[in-house]
Amino acid sequence: MAGSKDFIAGIDSNAKKSPRRIVFITRRTSAQVKAETEEQLQTFPEVLLRAAVAVMTLATVLIWIALAFNAPLEGLADPSHTPNPAKAPWYFLGLQEMLHYFPPVVAGVLVPGLVVMALIVIPYFKVNIEAEGLFLKDRQKRLRIFYIVASLLSLFLLLFKVYAALVPTLIMAGLMLLAAQSSLQSASAFRRYLAARPLSYWVMTWFLFELVVLTAIGTFFRGPGWSWVWPWQGS
Amino acid sequence: MAKTVSSKTMDQYFDELQQTRVWRSIFRSGTGSSTLKRALAIQQNVFLHLFPTKVRTRMLSFSATWYLGTLTLGTFLILVATGIPLMLYYHPSAPQAYADTKDLQFVVSSGLFLRNLHRWSAHAMVFLVFAHMFKVFYRGAYRTPREFNWVIGVILLLITLLLSYTGYLLPWDQLAYWAITVGSNIASAVPIVGDKIHFLLLGGHAVNANALLRFYVLHCMILPLTAIFFVAIHFWRIRKDGGLYNHGSEPATVRARNSVSSQEVK
Repeated sequence: MAGSKDFIAGIDSNAKKSPRRIVFITRRTSAQVKAETEEQLQTFPEVLLRAAVAVMTLATVLIWIALAFNAPLEGLADPSHTPNPAKAPWYFLGLQEMLHYFPPVVAGVLVPGLVVMALIVIPYFKVNIEAEGLFLKDRQKRLRIFYIVASLLSLFLLLFKVYAALVPTLIMAGLMLLAAQSSLQSASAFRRYLAARPLSYWVMTWFLFELVVLTAIGTFFRGPGWSWVWPWQGS
Repeated sequence: MAKTVSSKTMDQYFDELQQTRVWRSIFRSGTGSSTLKRALAIQQNVFLHLFPTKVRTRMLSFSATWYLGTLTLGTFLILVATGIPLMLYYHPSAPQAYADTKDLQFVVSSGLFLRNLHRWSAHAMVFLVFAHMFKVFYRGAYRTPREFNWVIGVILLLITLLLSYTGYLLPWDQLAYWAITVGSNIASAVPIVGDKIHFLLLGGHAVNANALLRFYVLHCMILPLTAIFFVAIHFWRIRKDGGLYNHGSEPATVRARNSVSSQEVK
């Protein structure tokens, strides 16, 4: 190889046949056509059949539910008679629960706006793409930042008495501390798992946890005047 | 005689049907079960060409995706199929809407079943869209070059919420009226333009007959069409971006760029 050209040059004087162009084909940079071959199935009919089975299973379940349970229908809409509590659809009850603690401009506009923005930008941050375990690099510095953020957030929630959101936050903070004390060489598989979790995982899981807890509280634990009731107390 | 008839299998009848001039005039990809013909059945079809002709076998296992995207599409199809007959029995005018809903419960044949199925499927769709989003996130499937398809997914999440929310008002009962009142009051909290948005949404300062008509048009026309538009792009982008994401299946150059420490690698 030593001394040999690492490109092939072609010369043609007929400009009509081959327009003037120089092409260097080097040995090291051939275009990547395929990384690896992997077993595939044809969409028609194999994949479509699987999709059809999935959808039909779902339809069967929903039809049984529709036969067994009637959709709610209350009395005619009456603007002069406000039910207590007046609840939004279940997927907004997390928001309505927040409205109980914060002014509407925060709970109803700022928070959902920030959530949607945060969701949109997820794939555009390198830290989410690399997805390295949060405390595997710069452990001391990241731990310091974590302490500051977690305590500020907890204090804020404590100040506004948002215990419903504080408890999941503290649980997640505890898990993150455990992750910081673990490494990829830890003895337990669970701790190895925690140690490998990236920042985006922690933020998203905290969000999911809060979403589920707040929605569940708004749906099952709120009665007249948005007071706390137990589901078995009835209304 | 009976023996010769029964010796022809269903497959043979189907093959013969596929050879007829009428069949071949409708399906331009031709007949046969060769790999090429099966690929053409997808590629040459206006609806199916959104999908790739082949899918990696490991992405078809239940654990890979939990089929959440497929199931979300399934709920959408059920909602269209039940929503259209419901429209035939429904007037979007103030007290009449409630009477129509009552009629669906007690007078229209299978009306109760249609409404139940529509309602529960709508709840299922909202749930499945959220589940799909979290599953895609935890798989890391938003990575390059799939960033924009993730963004389209977020748009579809918002459209789904709006579809469900606008449908919530249509029965015009106490539940509907006050849920929309609570929800739409949040719009008023937007600084400066809040009251304008609230007015635009409801066609008035409170939930009234105008709001019902607006929500009806949004629910039955504008939002479903917008959803179909974005769903088409969503599916098409899956094919264009190299199929369902799997870290192990990514080209080596892409994998090097998206160096994943330990998660998602299978």
